Amino acid sequence: MLRQLFQLLIFPGFLFLVVFGFAAEYFDRKLYARLQNRIGPPWFQPLADFLKLMGKEEVIPEEANPRIFKLMPIFGVASAVTAFFYIPLWEQTALFYFKGDIIVVLYLLTIPTLTLFLGGWYSTSLYSKLGAVRSITQLFAYEVPLFISVLAPALLADTWSLEGMTVFYTAHPWYWLFNLLGFLIALVAMLGKLEKVPFDIAEAETEIVAGTLTEYSGRLLGLFKLALDIETIVGASLLAAVFLPFGLNLAPAAGFILYILKVLFIISIMSLSRTVFARLRIDQMMRLCWKYIAPLAFLQLLMNLLLKGILPR
Amino acid sequence: MHKVIIPIGPQHPALKEPASFRVALSGENITGMTIRLGYNHRGIEKACEERTYIQDVYLVERICGICSHSHSSTFVQAAEEIAALDVPRRAKYIRTLVGELERIHSHLLWLGVAGHEIGFDTLLMYTWRDREIVMDILAMITGNRVNYGINCIGGVRRDITQEHAKDILRGVKTLEERTNYYIDIATKETTIIKRLSKVGMLSHDDALKLGAIGPTGRASGVDRDTRRDDPYAAYEELDFKVITDNHCDVYGRTVVRLGELLESYKIIRQVLKKIPEGPIAIKAPRKIPAGEAVSRYEAPRGENMHYVKSNGSEKPERVKVRAPTLANLQTVSKMLEDRQLADLPIVIAAIDPCFSCTDRLISVKEHSAKRSKILKWDELREYGIHWYQHRGVNFSEINDKLRKKL
Repeated sequence: MLRQLFQLLIFPGFLFLVVFGFAAEYFDRKLYARLQNRIGPPWFQPLADFLKLMGKEEVIPEEANPRIFKLMPIFGVASAVTAFFYIPLWEQTALFYFKGDIIVVLYLLTIPTLTLFLGGWYSTSLYSKLGAVRSITQLFAYEVPLFISVLAPALLADTWSLEGMTVFYTAHPWYWLFNLLGFLIALVAMLGKLEKVPFDIAEAETEIVAGTLTEYSGRLLGLFKLALDIETIVGASLLAAVFLPFGLNLAPAAGFILYILKVLFIISIMSLSRTVFARLRIDQMMRLCWKYIAPLAFLQLLMNLLLKGILPR
Repeated sequence: MHKVIIPIGPQHPALKEPASFRVALSGENITGMTIRLGYNHRGIEKACEERTYIQDVYLVERICGICSHSHSSTFVQAAEEIAALDVPRRAKYIRTLVGELERIHSHLLWLGVAGHEIGFDTLLMYTWRDREIVMDILAMITGNRVNYGINCIGGVRRDITQEHAKDILRGVKTLEERTNYYIDIATKETTIIKRLSKVGMLSHDDALKLGAIGPTGRASGVDRDTRRDDPYAAYEELDFKVITDNHCDVYGRTVVRLGELLESYKIIRQVLKKIPEGPIAIKAPRKIPAGEAVSRYEAPRGENMHYVKSNGSEKPERVKVRAPTLANLQTVSKMLEDRQLADLPIVIAAIDPCFSCTDRLISVKEHSAKRSKILKWDELREYGIHWYQHRGVNFSEINDKLRKKL
C-alpha cells in the first residue's frame, strides 16, 4: 500500500512528472532560444513562473460558469498524470497495465484537449470561444493519424496493450525500424495535440490573444500550464514507448538515463519545428492532415499488415 | 459558430499601436470590417504653429518613431524651399545616407514583425538582431538610435568622417549577406509561402483607385517612387532601381521590401564614394519669408508629404502632414474581403501601418445632429458614459461591485 502510494505520488508518479515537466519546459525554451540566437531563461524559470502564478489572484469572468471554469485545469492535470501510469518507461512493464491499455492512454490523452475546449467555451470571452472552437477543430485533424500510427506497431506486435508491445519489440530487437514512418506521423500529430508551432492555431497570439487561456489567470492558469507540461512529457513518453522500444532490459540506472534521453530527443525535435516553421492556418492544417498525414498513417498500417504475414514471429 | 463581431484593438497583441478593427466573423471567415482611428491624436500640426521653425524640426521628427528622419527631412525641405536656401551638396548626401539607413532599419523591423504575425518568431529574432547593426551605425553618425536630430534648416548638424565610412561599409556588407539569406528563406520556406502567397490581394487597378503608395503599391505593380520621380536630396545623382512586383499579395510586398533593402545598400555605397567635400550647412534666417511649399519624400512606408505655409515670422502659419499610412489604410478592408481571421494580422501588418502618424482629428458625430459641433470636455465625458451604457456597460455599477468585493 505505502509502496504504491509512493509510486503514484512521488516516483515515477506525480512529483517526478512535475519536476520532469519543468525540466523539459526549460530544455525546450533554452533550446528554442539558442536556436534563435537568444540567451534563453535560467534553469529555474519554469518553476519560478509556476510559483508566481500560484501566488496570484484568480479572476473569473462574471458570465463564466465558475464550476467548469475552475474544474477544467484540474481535470487536465489529472487525466495527463493518469495516462502516464500506463506507459512503460524504462522497463518492459508499466506501473499499471491491462489488456487494451493503449486505447485508455490515447483516450486519456484526448481529455486535456477537451478540458481546453470546455474551459475556453465556458469562459464566454470571444477570443476564448474562438480558441476553443479552433482546438476542437484541430482535434479532428490530428487525432485520426495519431491513433492509426500508434495502433500500427501494436498490430505488428499483435497486442492491445503497451506492455505487450514492449515485450514483443524487446524479443525482436530491430523490428521497431519498420515503424519509422509511423513515428514521423505521430510526431506531427503530437505537435498538433500539444498545440505547438506550426499547429499553435488555437492559441495564436496575434489573432486571438491567447485563445482558450485568455481569461485564465492565477492558480488556474498555472495548473493549465502544468497540465500542458505534463501532457508534453506523457506524449513524448508514449512515442518513446511505442516507436523507440529499445534498451528496456538494461540495468535500472542506465535504462532510466536512456528513457530521459529519448524524451529529450523527441522534445528537441518539437523545439526544432517550432524554430523553423510559421504557423499554419486552420484550413491549411486540416488539408495537410487529411490529405497527406492520414493517408501516410494508413500506409503504415497496411505495411504492418503485410509485414505481419512475412516476418518470423 | 454563429456570427460574431470580434474586436481587434484598440488593445490587441497583433497591433503595436492603438487602432480598432471591428471584424464581423462567420466561423473563421471575415464578412465585414470597420476601421476606427483616432486613439493617438497628439495635435502635432497645431503645436507646430505655436513653435519656431527650429523647434518644429525636432517636433515633426517625433511624429513617427521609426521614419523620424523622413518627417524632419520633408519639413526642412519645405522650409528651405520657401526661404530659397541653397543647401550644400555634402549636406544633401548626408541626408540621403541617413534616409537610407533609416529605410534599412524600418524594413528589417517590418520583416520581423511580419514573421511574428504569422507565428514565425525565429525570423523576428534574427532580423531584429541584425537591425542592431544599422541602429549602431545610426547611433555612431548621429548620436541617437531613433529621432536622429541630424537635420537643421539649411543643412545637417553633424559631418561624417573617413572612419565612419569604413564602419558603415563593414556593417552594410554584413547586412547584405544576411538580407540575401532572408530572401532565400522568404522565397523558399514552405510554411511562410503558404501564409503569405495569395493573401491580402490588391489588384493593380484597386491599388491605383485607392491610392496605395510605397511598397504596398509597388507590390501591385504601381511603379511610383518619389526618389526617382521627383528627386530630392542627392537621389538625382545616384543610380538605383525602383523595385516593383506583380504578385499583388503579401508575398509581393515582402519581395519588394527585401529588394529595396538591397537597393539601399547599393545607394549607401554610392553615397560614401561620391560624397563631395565642403560645408555641411549654411546659415538659415530665423524668420522664414512669407510663402508656401509642398515637399515630398519617399519614406520607408511610402510617399510622405508636408505642406508648410509661412507668414514671414519665425513661426509657421500652417503645417500639414500627410503620412504614408493614411494613403494605404483604405486598402486594408479591400485586402481582407473574403479572407479568414488568421490572415488579418499579417494583412494589416503588410501595409506597415503607423497609426499615430496618421491620426489627425477625432470627429464624434451624434446621429441625430445635422451639423457637427465641438464638444466640451464634460459633454464628451457624458457622451462616453452614454455610449457605453447603450452597449450594456455601466461603469458606476462595476465600480460599486468592485468596492463591495474589496
